[in-house]
Amino acid sequence: MSTTQVKFYQVGSFAVGNRLLRDDERSVQSDPDRTNALTSGHRACQGCGEALGARYALDAAMRATNDQLIAVNATGCLEVFSTPYPESSWRVAWLHSLFGNAPAVATGVAAALKAKGNTTTRVVAQGGDGATVDIGLGPLSGMFERNDDVLYICYDNEAYMNTGVQRSGATPPAARTATTQAVGANPGNLFGQGKYLPKIAMAHDIPYVATATIADLRDLEAKVERAMSMRGARYLHVLVPCPLGWGSASADTIKIARLATQSGLFPVFEAVNGEVVASSKIRHRVPVDEYLKLQARYSHLFSPQRNDQVIDHLQRIADKNIERYELIISEGE
Amino acid sequence: MLRQVEGSKAVADAVAACQPEVICAYPISPQTHIVEGLSQLVKDGTLPNCEFINVESEFAAMSVAIGASATGARTYTATASQGLLYMVEAVYNASGLGLPIVMTVANRAIGGPINIWNDHSDSMSQRDSGWLQLYAENNQEAVDLHIQAFRIAEEMSMPVMVCMDGFILTHAYEQVDIPTTDEVKAFLPPFVPRQHLDPAEPVSIGAMVGPESFMEVKYLAHQRMIDSAAKVQEVAKDFEAHFGRKTGGLLRSYRTDGAETIVLALGSIIGTLKDVVDELNLDGKSIGVVGLTSFRPFPYEAVAAALKGAKRVIILEKAFSTGTGGIVTQDVARAIEGMGIKDFTVIAGLGGRPITIASLRNYLTNAMAENVERLTFLDLEIDTVEVEINKERALR
Repeated sequence: MSTTQVKFYQVGSFAVGNRLLRDDERSVQSDPDRTNALTSGHRACQGCGEALGARYALDAAMRATNDQLIAVNATGCLEVFSTPYPESSWRVAWLHSLFGNAPAVATGVAAALKAKGNTTTRVVAQGGDGATVDIGLGPLSGMFERNDDVLYICYDNEAYMNTGVQRSGATPPAARTATTQAVGANPGNLFGQGKYLPKIAMAHDIPYVATATIADLRDLEAKVERAMSMRGARYLHVLVPCPLGWGSASADTIKIARLATQSGLFPVFEAVNGEVVASSKIRHRVPVDEYLKLQARYSHLFSPQRNDQVIDHLQRIADKNIERYELIISEGE
Repeated sequence: MLRQVEGSKAVADAVAACQPEVICAYPISPQTHIVEGLSQLVKDGTLPNCEFINVESEFAAMSVAIGASATGARTYTATASQGLLYMVEAVYNASGLGLPIVMTVANRAIGGPINIWNDHSDSMSQRDSGWLQLYAENNQEAVDLHIQAFRIAEEMSMPVMVCMDGFILTHAYEQVDIPTTDEVKAFLPPFVPRQHLDPAEPVSIGAMVGPESFMEVKYLAHQRMIDSAAKVQEVAKDFEAHFGRKTGGLLRSYRTDGAETIVLALGSIIGTLKDVVDELNLDGKSIGVVGLTSFRPFPYEAVAAALKGAKRVIILEKAFSTGTGGIVTQDVARAIEGMGIKDFTVIAGLGGRPITIASLRNYLTNAMAENVERLTFLDLEIDTVEVEINKERALR
């Protein structure tokens, strides 16, 4: 693939990979001759977490496969903002079919490659949380169960953003969406049982499951690289804040992703063959308030006064995550 | 070499002779025996370099087919009835992306009420999906149509549905000749896709098309479907040259020369109709049969030519549009517009209701005298339904 000369306006920034590091420790993104799977000029909103996550994830996958990559995309923001015909931001072989079938389409791509004896070209499928945890869950589970040689990446922004911010199975409790308005006795999304796809993926005992956020792009890249070093069905769940849907400042996208992990609301971990093997520790723990306050979708929890009951409930969820995934190194260790 | 085999087994062997690279399937009667046969052939090594994927739904079956075909693999699947409806979103996507997938539809009714037996409601529901639809009269034709379908699909870059009557054909043992892999190879060249997913030359397939181009994209699909009629004929001719059999093509006429009445139908009922028409001709009646093989593309000119000179055409259909009537009738009526031919429709065999020679003979005798309604439901228990209709009306 041809390369794009990237101009760096900033050095020493994690955003382009730390150029103070040794060459072999640098990010794919710090290479001025990097291949750009998702190139500039697309139509994502300012501060879009998904665009950032997708570029880093696919560039890392390109590097890991020596550019021998085919990407399958579910319908959603990522598809719409990247390919308004006749334009395309993709510089990788790319196929979009439907909203709910990306895992099965990717299975088909992998099957065709296998039938043709092509062992070098690898397959990545990607979609938002609606495509992944709701409408495409059946095909995703089928792909996991057969252990098809596909890395599936979910960019989770916790609602159907492309259609105008409606609730999905991944929408957290109390969050305001267009279909869970902040009105009535229980404003925002209800407290349900949740539908945490990393655990559903782990229940299939697939070789690799990991979570990541766009607050730690080096961690995201490392996980993609690790996933691509394995064969079989692999799943990566990436938290990608959405300024439009979350009602946050576009400059705060990365900060909010970081607060999601520091509060314990979004655990970052890796699981191999169905067992958690590592988790990213919280160095500066913050109360959930700090995460919630930056997002208008939770503003009803703070106005006209703090809704202690609901915020405490959310805090308990964060506390449980911290305990379950051992996110804090306890005293004395 | 002639072999006495089940229709499904014959189709499985014919598909295997076409050397598909990816087969995906989900069980649904009466299609299951076909993919069971293929899974056996893949597993025992008879069909090498082929991936057989057991998927979790028909929606996934067509989706796997889309991914495989877009990667340049010759791809096959089979379904029926509810399964076809469950995959519909992907069915339209496959044709929209121009992917030459071949799919068998083992024709079966659609619920509710649930019914596993034969009619054409399933494939007829996909009339406007952008797929070619070829209907087999018997198991020999089912075999031959599958071999032709791969070639038509790949040369047109369009998907093809081969429709064969569920149970009546899929589960019937008949003598059929199944060409060998080498014989098929001489007829069906290796698949060279128009475009495919290749890291060496990355393309974006499936972009979002807005109002400024969507009409043009759809018009191209329309024109491609019209153009495919010539391809269907050309491939049938070449098939005859290779295998010595006249199968496939747009339609076939039987005893229509100078016939006053012509019955037009699709699928396995054509055989029964030929027997009835033979009997009626012995009685001095002037009646023939047109068997429509290609429903999509619809061969307007060929239908007009086949019906020319007749006084009336009777369209026998195994499906109908609720509240209006015959589906094929709409297209036939357009084909014969202004030709002075009267059209009558008979809906028969819904949900596997046997279409008997006695019933057909009785109906056709009345139809030849134009002593029937424009729309008739064959062997309908009229007393039973009238009681029910009156009850329902009283409740409204």
